[in-house]
Amino acid sequence: MGTIERIPEFSAAVDSGLLRFLTCGSVDDGKSTLIGRLLFDTKAILADALHAIEKTSTRRGMEAVDLSLLTDGLQAEREQGITIDVAYRYFSTGRRKYIIADAPGHEQYTRNMVTAASTANLAIILIDARKGVLTQTRRHSYLAHLVGIPHLIVAVNKMDLVGYDQAVFESIREEYLAFARQLGINDVRFIPLSALNGDMLVDRGDNLDWYQGPTLIDVLESAPAAHSESDERFRFPVQYVCRPHLADNPLLHDYRGFMGRIESGAIAVGDEVAVLPSGHRSRIKDIQVGGSSLPRAFAEQSVTLLLEDELDISRGDMIVRTGDGESALVTRRIEAMLCWLGDRPLDAQRKYVIRHATRETQARLDGIAYRLDINTLNQGTADDMAMNDIARVAFKLAQPLAVDRYAENRATGAFIVIDSSTNNTVGAGMIL
Amino acid sequence: MNASVTERDAVRRHATLDHLEWLEAEAIYILREVAGQCSNPALLFSGGKDSIVLLRLAEKAFRPGRFPFPLLHIDTGHNYPEVIDFRDSRACQLNERLIVRSVESSIARGTVRLKSANESRNKHQSVTLLETIEEFGFDACIGGARRDEEKARAKERIFSFRDEFGGWDPKNQRPELWDLFNARVHKGENIRAFPISNWTELDVWQYIAREGLSLPSIYFTHLRPVIRKKGLLQPVTGLTPARQGETVELLQVRFRTVGDITCTAPVESDADTVEKIIGETATTTITERGATRLDDQASEASMEQRKKEGYF
Repeated sequence: MGTIERIPEFSAAVDSGLLRFLTCGSVDDGKSTLIGRLLFDTKAILADALHAIEKTSTRRGMEAVDLSLLTDGLQAEREQGITIDVAYRYFSTGRRKYIIADAPGHEQYTRNMVTAASTANLAIILIDARKGVLTQTRRHSYLAHLVGIPHLIVAVNKMDLVGYDQAVFESIREEYLAFARQLGINDVRFIPLSALNGDMLVDRGDNLDWYQGPTLIDVLESAPAAHSESDERFRFPVQYVCRPHLADNPLLHDYRGFMGRIESGAIAVGDEVAVLPSGHRSRIKDIQVGGSSLPRAFAEQSVTLLLEDELDISRGDMIVRTGDGESALVTRRIEAMLCWLGDRPLDAQRKYVIRHATRETQARLDGIAYRLDINTLNQGTADDMAMNDIARVAFKLAQPLAVDRYAENRATGAFIVIDSSTNNTVGAGMIL
Repeated sequence: MNASVTERDAVRRHATLDHLEWLEAEAIYILREVAGQCSNPALLFSGGKDSIVLLRLAEKAFRPGRFPFPLLHIDTGHNYPEVIDFRDSRACQLNERLIVRSVESSIARGTVRLKSANESRNKHQSVTLLETIEEFGFDACIGGARRDEEKARAKERIFSFRDEFGGWDPKNQRPELWDLFNARVHKGENIRAFPISNWTELDVWQYIAREGLSLPSIYFTHLRPVIRKKGLLQPVTGLTPARQGETVELLQVRFRTVGDITCTAPVESDADTVEKIIGETATTTITERGATRLDDQASEASMEQRKKEGYF
């Protein structure tokens, strides 16, 4: 890592919310240096934390500060010098708060990357300018696409080691675009940079004058927030039903509040809603947060809904707005892309528990259409799935679920598979 | 599903959540998942700033109803009286049930053995906590830990599974995808749930300011006798008296974090309002634990080790 001379000033004027992003790449691509540089330049690493990793780096005989020590928080990771698990890091520019999900490059790659990607709205895919597009680049890109990350940044790093040569950058871009088109990836931006020297991360530097595009932090600052591009259809999985029955407050005697988070769309008092899977209808009487009323509410807000009619609604039901509801498919069979996360293979003979939104139901495998080789993207036949496998599967469900296609709604299109004997989460599914 | 782009634009009615609103909505969602999935949870409330924030979030999540869990404090017996008074008055104000169990009782039972009378009781809290979880049969405990506090915490799940010994196995954690939290446990096991995992120290202070939350007085500047030790300020108290040859100074200090008296250090500050504290937090160069914890400096892995033994 080069020297850090100054801390840039950021205007604290507008709070443009929060962006969650993912970094894909290995230590060799300079990923730790890139994250470290972002954290340094935005002042998210404090002096004592830096001092601690400087001491450790020196003790291990390294010449430069090893920034991976910042994210490798576990004893086993430090002992073995590897990253075992996804780490979450935080920084803020004053305008926006960022959550970085940093997935390890090799260990159980698919499992960790799918986990880290599941909550991200943007992915930075690192390419070493000397090596160009590798198998792992394709793998990272495919997984980011599979998990529905709408924005990709291809960071062509280590430009300093290829003499900041524009031709190298352009040829990597051409090669990447060719296979991105095959995958159906639309929104990709390319940035040449040197994380080591800090070129095009926060500062433009003096070495890449031929590049006229935005810096990495510019792209992050202006990337759309997740909710602004989510599905417009109102989806409200009920988490909890509030029936206070407080003896000393007769006003609350008939209070029934349906508590949850709006996963997509917006709702206003007076709107007609349907409850799935029953299909019963009513209208919104009130929208509350912490006991006070709102005229309307929108995606990502946690609220309490009160309805005009007394309906039998419990945790696991989904409230949708009529008119938005037709497409929410109540079904006892789902087809999905499934990523297997468990130590033990998927067993077609066994029943599993599927958790979708706030509902759990028993489920049984109803066939594997194909298993995907994520290096070649070839489809092959399969009877089972081992850890890190990705396959197109179908499940039969004991109870109906109200689902959307994952491509249209991440919150109501995703599910996890739980092994009820261990209670472990063993699968992650995306409904087709 | 077939709405055209223009139709969608026409019905686009999103306002934007700022980062605190987003964090608040996420925390409320997590609290409601605990209530919805677990049959007998408890919320750890110490009177410290993070758990004070948790209580406000619980109000937003569950009012006008009562909280679907009691408040629980594991009292080391080494807490500042201002914090204990605050704990009791806040629980009373909220009209919620507060359970207090003390490390002192575990010492009396013989399940905690001290090496010296005044040693830090911080790690011994785990024993009392596990005894209390067993006594009440809690299947989940909600805590105010944040991932930015410490490296081991940065790798912990929002719903963190603990075995029947309360232990955390960092190499064998449940994958946590989307917001689909898995709180299923067998009898005797439990979940630790952390609604403000994604908050930073600055977020906590900004939220305290926005919500106008009251805090124990020792979070604000006050005069206190201290001794400078290894770059930290050790408060001079009955439990931590000055030794021969040590120089006691009377300084304007505040606490960034409050905990066991023997291992929590104040910082020099004349901040007497939340706004001034936010100003200091935004420009500090030392992490919260680095500036204030006399116990975490012992080794790089001390927090991880304590968590494996049942600590929060």
